[in-house]
Amino acid sequence: MEQSCAKKTRVALIDYGMGNLRSVARALEKSGGAVRLVCDPREVTDADRALVFPGQGAIVDCMDCLKRTEFATLIREWIAADRPFFGVCLGLQALFEHSEEGNCAGLGIFPGQVRRFAPMEENGRALKIPHMGWNTAVFRQKGPLLENLRPEGEDFYFVHSYYVDAVASEMVLCETCYGENFVSGIQRGRCIATQFHPEKSQAKGLQLYQNFLHLAEN
Amino acid sequence: MLSVRIIPCLDVKAGRVVKGLQFEQLRDVGDPVEAARAYQEQGADELVFLDITASSDGRNIMHEVVERTASEIFMPLTVGGGLRSVEDIRAMLNAGADKVSLNTAAIQNPDLVLQAAKKFGNQCIVVAIDARREPGTDSWRVYTHGGRNRTDLDVLDWAKRVVELGAGEILLTSMDCDGMQSGYDIELTRRVSEAASVPVIASGGAGNLDHLVDVVRDGKASAVLAASIFHFGTYTIRQAKEKLRDAGMPVRL
Repeated sequence: MEQSCAKKTRVALIDYGMGNLRSVARALEKSGGAVRLVCDPREVTDADRALVFPGQGAIVDCMDCLKRTEFATLIREWIAADRPFFGVCLGLQALFEHSEEGNCAGLGIFPGQVRRFAPMEENGRALKIPHMGWNTAVFRQKGPLLENLRPEGEDFYFVHSYYVDAVASEMVLCETCYGENFVSGIQRGRCIATQFHPEKSQAKGLQLYQNFLHLAEN
Repeated sequence: MLSVRIIPCLDVKAGRVVKGLQFEQLRDVGDPVEAARAYQEQGADELVFLDITASSDGRNIMHEVVERTASEIFMPLTVGGGLRSVEDIRAMLNAGADKVSLNTAAIQNPDLVLQAAKKFGNQCIVVAIDARREPGTDSWRVYTHGGRNRTDLDVLDWAKRVVELGAGEILLTSMDCDGMQSGYDIELTRRVSEAASVPVIASGGAGNLDHLVDVVRDGKASAVLAASIFHFGTYTIRQAKEKLRDAGMPVRL
């Protein structure tokens, strides 16, 4: 997995102070990235091939931080220019218009709503919230991002109580079933975001990061 | 479908695994990082480190262990033992833990669960409940200090309470069954799983793989924690998952 001789892909990892980014940074490094934590959008340069946004905590705090630090503007411009972007968890949810969590406006880059899982039953058992653990992402797209991943699905680690709804179907990268199907990943051009945590998903997660970094280099 | 999680738990004292893993491939059976790596290779779904260091100067050693582990393994890591304050929790999360497990501290200071969940998110706050059946009754009491001290708390009441306070998960250990290897307390697990809206990890009593099946099927556990059956090499994680799969339960293989 580790690329020893190949050129490392320069990655700017958004650090907005909400938590520990060690495992994301290490997973990206292991997947071929040269990772730099950035606390200020002005630290991001043209030499950075990819921008990675691992959202953590509550979305209200996350959006406050993005606006205050002007990462909000950077992310909008970056995605508009189709520069390589990877959002994780809240880094997916924040791209959409609105979240039920704290009745909070998102970045509104894509149409769609973030909703809380409704109480549901599966096989006679109440589904637990948060949706926590390993579940299957079934891929709805094809392409280099999914190299060495099975289209019928791979298991990734999830932990969340909210999901993105009403996403344009052509943007759906993958879906996952928790009571019913929800969108667990999106892709538009070189903008990718997942609800699951590749950095917690062992070999398959690292494979996805590696594919993303290849995409970012080309 | 969401998979049932199999979670090995390692007791760590002063930076060393107590009762080290008896796997042939390990060079250092007492190194928690090596143990973590071995379990990742076996396909464990998550890992729990329980710090049983008595003194507080052991805390820095634990931070270092967690840092090294988080740099090498790519799966969720929960750390419990001796965390008393929001600052303790912050330091452990910053060291690289994905979740922290609170036990006695949550009972002594329920506000800690509330404050920590607000600050770091429900998903990283696990409340560990040590339960013992009240003799001759159908109710369970919460115990602290490794099952030595009886509290006034009823287990079901406490489980509901910690969910309200913001726990994202409950780690439920039957002190009656722990170490007996005769199976989990199914009734206890089922009652708590039905009472709590968050996932319940069953712990205490695993002696063979049928016990895992029983506590998931009848006890409605979302995950199972076990120590000795895996550490001693009696069963591999994969064998446990195959057993669950053959019993019709979703697992990640």
